[in-house]
Amino acid sequence: MSAVIEEHHDDHHHGPDKGIMRWVLTTNHKDIGTLYLWFSFIMFLTGGVMALVIRAELFQPGLQLVQPEFFNQMTTMHGLIMVFGAVMPAFVGLANWLVPMMIGAPDMALPRMNNFSFWILPFAFAMLLSSLLMEGGAPNFGWTFYAPLSTDYGPPSTTFFIFGVHLMGISSIMGSINVIVTILNLRAPGMTLMKMPLFVWTWLITAYLLIAVMPVLAGVVTMMLMDIHFNTAFFNAGGGGDPVLFQHVFWFFGHPEVYIMILPAFGVVSAIIPTFARKRLFGYDSMVYATASIAFLSFIVWAHHMFTVGIPIAGELYFMYATMLIAVPTGVKVFNWVATMWQGSMTFETPMLFSIAFVILFTIGGFSGLMLAIVPADFQYHDTYFVVAHFHYVLVPGSVFSIMAAVYYWLPKWTGNMYNETLGKTHFWLSFIGVNITFFPQHFTGLAGMPRRIPDYALQFADYNMISSCGAFLFGFSQLLFLFIVIRTIKGGKKATDQVWEGAHGLEWTIPSPAPYHTFSTPPKDLSEAHG
Amino acid sequence: MIRAKSSQWITGLFLLLSGHAAFAGWGDLNMTRGVTEISREVYDLHMIIFGVCVLIGIVVFGVMIVSMLMHRKSLGAKPATFHENTRLEYLWTIIPIVILIGLAVPATGTLRAMYDAGESDLDIEVRGLQWKWQYTYLNEDPTREVKFVSNLLTPATEINNQADKGQFYLLEVDEPLVIPVNKRIRFLITSEDVIHAWWVPAFAVKKDAVPGFVHESWAIVEEPGVYRGQCAELCGKDHGFMPIVVHAVEQSEYETWLAGKQEEARLVYETVGKEWTKDELMATGEDVYARVCQTCHQANGQGIPPAFPSLVGTGLSVGPIDAHIDIVVNGKAGTAMQAFGSQLNPAELAAVITYERNAWGNDTGDVLQPSRVNEMLTGGQ
Repeated sequence: MSAVIEEHHDDHHHGPDKGIMRWVLTTNHKDIGTLYLWFSFIMFLTGGVMALVIRAELFQPGLQLVQPEFFNQMTTMHGLIMVFGAVMPAFVGLANWLVPMMIGAPDMALPRMNNFSFWILPFAFAMLLSSLLMEGGAPNFGWTFYAPLSTDYGPPSTTFFIFGVHLMGISSIMGSINVIVTILNLRAPGMTLMKMPLFVWTWLITAYLLIAVMPVLAGVVTMMLMDIHFNTAFFNAGGGGDPVLFQHVFWFFGHPEVYIMILPAFGVVSAIIPTFARKRLFGYDSMVYATASIAFLSFIVWAHHMFTVGIPIAGELYFMYATMLIAVPTGVKVFNWVATMWQGSMTFETPMLFSIAFVILFTIGGFSGLMLAIVPADFQYHDTYFVVAHFHYVLVPGSVFSIMAAVYYWLPKWTGNMYNETLGKTHFWLSFIGVNITFFPQHFTGLAGMPRRIPDYALQFADYNMISSCGAFLFGFSQLLFLFIVIRTIKGGKKATDQVWEGAHGLEWTIPSPAPYHTFSTPPKDLSEAHG
Repeated sequence: MIRAKSSQWITGLFLLLSGHAAFAGWGDLNMTRGVTEISREVYDLHMIIFGVCVLIGIVVFGVMIVSMLMHRKSLGAKPATFHENTRLEYLWTIIPIVILIGLAVPATGTLRAMYDAGESDLDIEVRGLQWKWQYTYLNEDPTREVKFVSNLLTPATEINNQADKGQFYLLEVDEPLVIPVNKRIRFLITSEDVIHAWWVPAFAVKKDAVPGFVHESWAIVEEPGVYRGQCAELCGKDHGFMPIVVHAVEQSEYETWLAGKQEEARLVYETVGKEWTKDELMATGEDVYARVCQTCHQANGQGIPPAFPSLVGTGLSVGPIDAHIDIVVNGKAGTAMQAFGSQLNPAELAAVITYERNAWGNDTGDVLQPSRVNEMLTGGQ
């Protein structure tokens, strides 16, 4: 043990190792953050290609490109990859880069575990993706994998999917433990919890959510495994089980999961809007309390995903009221962001554009969420494209836009170079227009009665599907511009100052740009800049 | 075809961008109002929430836009220093709560009405199967029970773009559900295999069909007409191809239809006793195969292994006939192979098994009589 510590001490002031082994063996939070972010971008493109296969097939009525079996594999893999491979790892990557720098810590508290929790992911997803090449094809039962479609009727590759989910869960839990331990133990002296930047707060709460629900997900896939291979009947009514039990357990994980994907986004936006409004975040305390309330409520509303499964009226009413309540803390957050902008001195650089689009489009997703909470109306909306439009509004211009905003915002700190503002704004406008052309018409197709997850549709839905597909291709190909901008910024560009942005506050802006390989080896003394 | 479509699309996009209201040719943009009291209540509720959301949106986005226009650094705006206001925070916590209560009250009323099933005039069992619906008109006298399977009618040629698509593409069935208007119909919804969902938008009825459980829903349809819906829960390969069509007709017309169905059922059972020729069995068998088996085992019998095995030259189709009958009648647990004993009559079962044993070069020469299948069915009970 002491040998390890000495060794660590010896190369403390050295830079990174050379070559590939730097990335394989790294315990540096910045390296691991970079790995997570690149991994998630690769997964984002992979899941995106699958989305384009779906949209290409749906461009016109009739079956043109793929057969229904493969279509179902695409919808399933698209969902799994985007949720577990793109959005979640991207936020973990941001946490790795930023949490230590924001709280004045030298690194994450558990660096080796940090390395391990990243390196599980490529294997988990290689296994998941390899199922596309297996006999019987990849999982084809939707990312929600409802039993008995996924158990008695699933393809042979379901077992690989289950093992893949287990690995992702282990990775997430280890990552979360690391975030919690880091935040609770490694804050610079004097930084109380209520002085932490909101991004750190949202990640602390997110990490608790992950630790609470990933074991539930592991439990439900294990029950599936037992049903498939060991003749149990958890989800088989013929053996005394209940298919609806699956949904209860799944959504007990699944609902907090959607907040896992949005709370860090709230943190990002709460950092960016004050910077470009040149004004302190409005209502910091209420933001913290609202985040905690949303996290708590997320545990007690799961059955609103299941209003049509035949829940008794008392249950329906309870879940409706509880779900509607979420609108209150979420509203508080939106109002706080608007109040932060109010009477500021705003400029509209790319991160700010993405953040403002986040506030507007996430709110639209929130409105459709409120509509979906109303049980009688949900009977008409449920499992239609209205739901698809709803959750894509909160996930794409919600979570994904916040991740892009974060990359533009902190990229100069990471690389030491400014990105090209004109290209950044072009990327923003293409994405903004693409996202809205893709998902806004889906509200209409849903209301008009188009079910989700169908490879072919009746003729009255044709026009909106065609528009939607055009938007999807625009949005998809715009992301290549994002890749180009990021690579160009890494290679060079105008040198960034330490503060980078005129209105930026926080410890990460007090260190040089690019951030040195090791930062805050001694804790910072001056915490007046700790949160904006 | 594609060119015509894209010009239509460009026109449509232009209309959309110019905020034009001429959407008549575009199908409905909004939820259907439907033809039951409940469906209209649901529609009104939907419009109320939508209106509330639009109003809140106008206020919130309005403030944002004003702020973005006025409070710009380029206009020389100096940032204010306020960063909290307890009174404001209370205000925008309490106002949303009041609005939410205002929405919850009517929603609760409608939901209570929907759950109040009451005494029904007619009970229909709706059973979801991969990938069709089976309807049973429950009757205290089992010999008068009407039962049939409703399959997608749209031909594969239309789906594969080899023929022009009809007006009701993917929303047409060979045998629709027929119900009388102004009667309280109770739907008892269940499933044979995976979870499906029975959804008719015009009735505001959407209920999951869960294997092993029976869920209840009801409707009083006020206007005669043809109402179309689809399965709403992902149920496998042909989830997009199991539509629902309901004919709501006047009571007298319903009674005539029902009597006809009951007579039809009686005639079918009479044919069971007669001796069929091989040619008759093959002809009927080919029809049944195309209607029932082809989706999975394909027209050439080759299937899509491993999920849907080939029937040509291997397996039960050329093996012992009893095992072949057993799998067709009772299905195979844990696979997509359903128990067709309850979906097809003995003559159809005998015909399709005979067909499978002699088509595509299987040439076993076996001829299976309906009477033998009937013996197995009744003997098994």
